[in-house]
Amino acid sequence: MKILRSLFDNIKPNFEKGGKLEKLHSTYDAIETLFFVPKEVTKPRGAHIRDSMDMKRTMIMVWIALMPALLFGMWNIGHWHYMAFGQEASFWLKFGFGFLRVLPLLIVSYVVGLGIEIFFAQVRGHEVNEGYFVTGLLVPMIIPVDTPLWMLAIAVAFAVILGKEVFGGTGMNILNPALTVRAFLFFAYPGWMSGDFVWIQGLMKNGDQVVDGFSGATPLAEAAAGNLANIPSSMNMFLGIIPGSVAETSTLAILLGAVILIWTGVGSWKIIVSMVAGGLFMGLILNLFAVNPFMEVPAWQHMIMGGFAFGAVFMATDPVTASQTEKGKWIYGFLCGVFAILIRVLNPAYPEGVMLAILLMNVFAPLIDHYIVEANIKRRLKRIKV
Amino acid sequence: MVVKIKKGLDIRLKGKPEPTLSTPQSSELFALKPPDFPGLTPKLAVKVDDPVKVGTPLFFDKYRPDVKFTAPVSGTVVAVNRGERRRILEVVVRSDGKNEKLTFKKADPSKLSREDIIQTLLESGLWPTIVQRPFNIIANPETTPRGIFISGFNSAPLAPDYDFILKDSKEAIQTGIQALSRLTEGRIRVGVRAGKVSESVFSSISGVEINEFSGPHPAGNVGIQIHHTEPINKGDVVWVIKPQDVVLIGKLFSTGQLDLTRIIALTGSEVKQPQYYKITLGESVKNMVAGNLKMDNVRLISGNVLTGQKISKEGFVGYYDDQVTIIPEGDYHEFFGWIMPRLNKFSSSRSYFSWMMPKKEFAADTNLNGGKRAFVVTGQYEKVFPMDIYPVQLIKAIMIGDIDLMENLGIYEVAEEDMALCEFVCTSKTEIQSILRQGFDDMIKELG
Repeated sequence: MKILRSLFDNIKPNFEKGGKLEKLHSTYDAIETLFFVPKEVTKPRGAHIRDSMDMKRTMIMVWIALMPALLFGMWNIGHWHYMAFGQEASFWLKFGFGFLRVLPLLIVSYVVGLGIEIFFAQVRGHEVNEGYFVTGLLVPMIIPVDTPLWMLAIAVAFAVILGKEVFGGTGMNILNPALTVRAFLFFAYPGWMSGDFVWIQGLMKNGDQVVDGFSGATPLAEAAAGNLANIPSSMNMFLGIIPGSVAETSTLAILLGAVILIWTGVGSWKIIVSMVAGGLFMGLILNLFAVNPFMEVPAWQHMIMGGFAFGAVFMATDPVTASQTEKGKWIYGFLCGVFAILIRVLNPAYPEGVMLAILLMNVFAPLIDHYIVEANIKRRLKRIKV
Repeated sequence: MVVKIKKGLDIRLKGKPEPTLSTPQSSELFALKPPDFPGLTPKLAVKVDDPVKVGTPLFFDKYRPDVKFTAPVSGTVVAVNRGERRRILEVVVRSDGKNEKLTFKKADPSKLSREDIIQTLLESGLWPTIVQRPFNIIANPETTPRGIFISGFNSAPLAPDYDFILKDSKEAIQTGIQALSRLTEGRIRVGVRAGKVSESVFSSISGVEINEFSGPHPAGNVGIQIHHTEPINKGDVVWVIKPQDVVLIGKLFSTGQLDLTRIIALTGSEVKQPQYYKITLGESVKNMVAGNLKMDNVRLISGNVLTGQKISKEGFVGYYDDQVTIIPEGDYHEFFGWIMPRLNKFSSSRSYFSWMMPKKEFAADTNLNGGKRAFVVTGQYEKVFPMDIYPVQLIKAIMIGDIDLMENLGIYEVAEEDMALCEFVCTSKTEIQSILRQGFDDMIKELG
């Protein structure tokens, strides 16, 4: 530890103003602050002590909360791969297979995303913000495992530059960056992002199905096609042993994450609860007026299908793009749930509605906040007349 | 009336003052510090080497020359310390130990006119103890406030116990309240800790209305108490004063002379014997802290850890402060600190474990505990800010300099101390109090 400290102290002058490697200051700073909390102290006037909470701690909590879903997802990828090819495999073989498939996605996501973040931080003279620490992990978790790496790289670059940095970086963006990546992929390369064959590793090569007779359809796709009989058991959907994006299938693993987020207070329980309530509400309405099999899917089952749980726990709760007022969070979450199920069930083009619902509500979150704050202003003005 | 404050945070720190009172060996040096008075442009009334008596003006407000700041002891002006752009930081007086005093009007304040009382306060230099809201600046003697508010308890971290400090000052307080009651046509409201009314000296004072407040800090902040009793609207002006300053005013009218002794608490984890001291306004802390520190690398704060001002080991207690806090400096690198359990650090976040140890007291240091970031986390300030005001939106309105928005979002109601906890909890390490002062300055400029 002392050796490491003196190493940092020795090379630091190179990165400071006037140093040889001044252009890499943000990179150096990001690495140093990763290892050591800076020794910066509070100003002579104001709050002399500060809470131990900082952005790094906040983000690592989300990261930890994502781990159950990610680890399960790795196993699930192996599981379905061997299943599709009719091979027996042990637990560790399945997990190892999935791990090796997800690792390149993670590496590409982080290298491209962090590279751009560091570049912008350097240009702006800021410290590197930890926001991408979480986004970089989220991105590989919500795409099909076979997404080509170059495609992922383009999508990440698009989302980080146009979705975030043009607005001023983390904290200033309007749309959830991870969902922007997914939306970009979805609309730019629909063949790779939807259908019955993209969800299981190796099922499709050059756009052709390689294993005949094995359906890799997700429960949602089956439901949308009206084949309710083909939907896996609710227990399997809850556990997540179904085809789907890399790590969003297991409601159980996501619930574990939710417990961590709510326990630490890092994620807003109001948004999670109200989004589930909104989803159930819309599901029940659709049940009431059901005219096709998809509309008959019980409202509660929507919670364990597709990306609903993952969206509610990890996407809608992004504090930057969600509603920022406490009352607004209830409205925002509820509408996220309503629109997610509405789009999922009633539109003919997309099999899933969670991504679009949350992106839509990201856009409307400032409007919700505006009316909440306006109401506060009016209430306060009324005091004068009383 | 009992008001329950639900939002807030009690930061549990080591170094609470023991209820014992001593008088340190009297200091030689005393100082008044113009930066203690935000928004003030001071103009010197003395030069170095000038002799002064207790009550001789040292400097005055350039734009309101009646507002004078007077010497707390008799002796000689020894230094005028200046900072950047020759801004006056301290006017230092060396005491001659004789305590020769100027004489002011001695009279029963209930028989004096409002003008006489204001004149006496201005002349004696006690006027600056009266602070106005909005903007938390020295009251304008030409206005009549809607009411006067006094907080009878202090809820800040390691704060002094006012019941202990004031226990022998009942008569002076009563005289002071009589003087203050001539200044407003409204009421004088005193906030007292709920359930402890009988212990408060104010329970036996006539001419005040007692309001009870329960809950965590900042329940003892006068701004919070105003908000929950008679909130400040646009155009309103109220005055606030601290209980010990009421004592000073009372003594002035009953003796005709200034007696500027105050009881302050010396607190903090690095003080060997945290306790109360009887000192004179503006006294140097030198004799109090000499030999009384547990270690060398400490920060001395005149005031509490949330709102105070850093001073040196020979520095001077601030004009409004009834507490000196000494905590460790945090100028060290912590290896992987952000991921460690940090069992010895206090946090309002449940990602640490201090919430599971509700009795444990912590020795917080001055480390920023992270880097500055843009606003990311939401809902944090709201948990520690018990006003019907949106704190983040107000701060953002100030950052973009939108006067109308600041006004609508409640800038008239807040003072720095009311939002100090927001600054403490902020994950992005935003400097809320200095932003707020910037907002006050903008508003004052705009309103002319």
